[in-house]
Amino acid sequence: MTQQTHVALADTPLTIAGRDFQSRLLVGTGKYKDFTETGAAIAQSGAEIVTFAVRRTNLGQDADAPNLLDAISPDRYTLLPNTAGCYTAKDAVRTCRLARELLDGHNLVKLEVLGDDHTLYPNVVETLKAAETLLADGFDVMVYTSDDPIVARELEAMGCCAIMPLGSLIGSGHGIQNPHNVRLIVEQSKVPVLVDAGIGTASDAAMAMELGCDGVLLNTAIAHAREPLRMANAMKLAVEAGRDAFLAGRMPRRQSAAPSSPFAGRING
Amino acid sequence: MSIQIRLNGEPHTLSTGLTAADLVEQLGLSGRRIAVEINEEIVPRSQHADTRLVDGDHVEVVHAIGGG
Repeated sequence: MTQQTHVALADTPLTIAGRDFQSRLLVGTGKYKDFTETGAAIAQSGAEIVTFAVRRTNLGQDADAPNLLDAISPDRYTLLPNTAGCYTAKDAVRTCRLARELLDGHNLVKLEVLGDDHTLYPNVVETLKAAETLLADGFDVMVYTSDDPIVARELEAMGCCAIMPLGSLIGSGHGIQNPHNVRLIVEQSKVPVLVDAGIGTASDAAMAMELGCDGVLLNTAIAHAREPLRMANAMKLAVEAGRDAFLAGRMPRRQSAAPSSPFAGRING
Repeated sequence: MSIQIRLNGEPHTLSTGLTAADLVEQLGLSGRRIAVEINEEIVPRSQHADTRLVDGDHVEVVHAIGGG
């Protein structure tokens, strides 16, 4: 008998708005110590899609100060501008249009419209309004939303290219609080579903993938780990492990034990 | 002669007759990856040199920063 060797197992790419990606981990660029750490952690994560925020320039600052887009080059990554900090559809739409100008016409955006600054919970009424305007204006909209399957269905029907329910509150690290809802959204959706927000550690990311999500978007879990680079690596492996576990199909749960070694032939038989 | 505009939410005084491109240059941001909006309308980079600022304009100059 020949010795078996490790084989590479096939998977389909993650396809978002007609573009294929090998990595199913998407990362943010906030809360890092500096741009060097940002760039290193993101490289370590293997992410191909990287989200960033749009803000007023600091007037009077040194014009030669380093720029985020020097660390996260648009040539290397698919940049995903987000509307973090927007509380109305109008502000979110303005922000997306500014981002499109900033990135020379790039039209993939992460829409998030928040309800209040205590929970940062999505305001779905404003989110739906903003999505409608952005889609009519030619944007590809990945949308941050609640874990409500009916809202998710509505956003998909409007034409959003990815549905991104929260696992738990942004920056909370509380993991996936309602896995049953996430699974309902996964089961009904034809566009990719990504858990966005709430991931605290590697097992949370693996859980999202085991639920059948197409990807995970996270930021703080890496940026605020004691060692961001190591956590970036952990998240990469967790997303891959969770994805493989989902594709493999888990064993059925049983109420009682079932021995892995055969009963027959025991020396005490 | 000068005009008063609001620049990134703050009052800002400019010489009359300047364009968006002149403003961007005065701010030391020429060639940087920024986007300009005047009175809530995007001004594409290709039109900065042709867009004259007038008294009372609300101008936003934005860039990319870290965020999740």
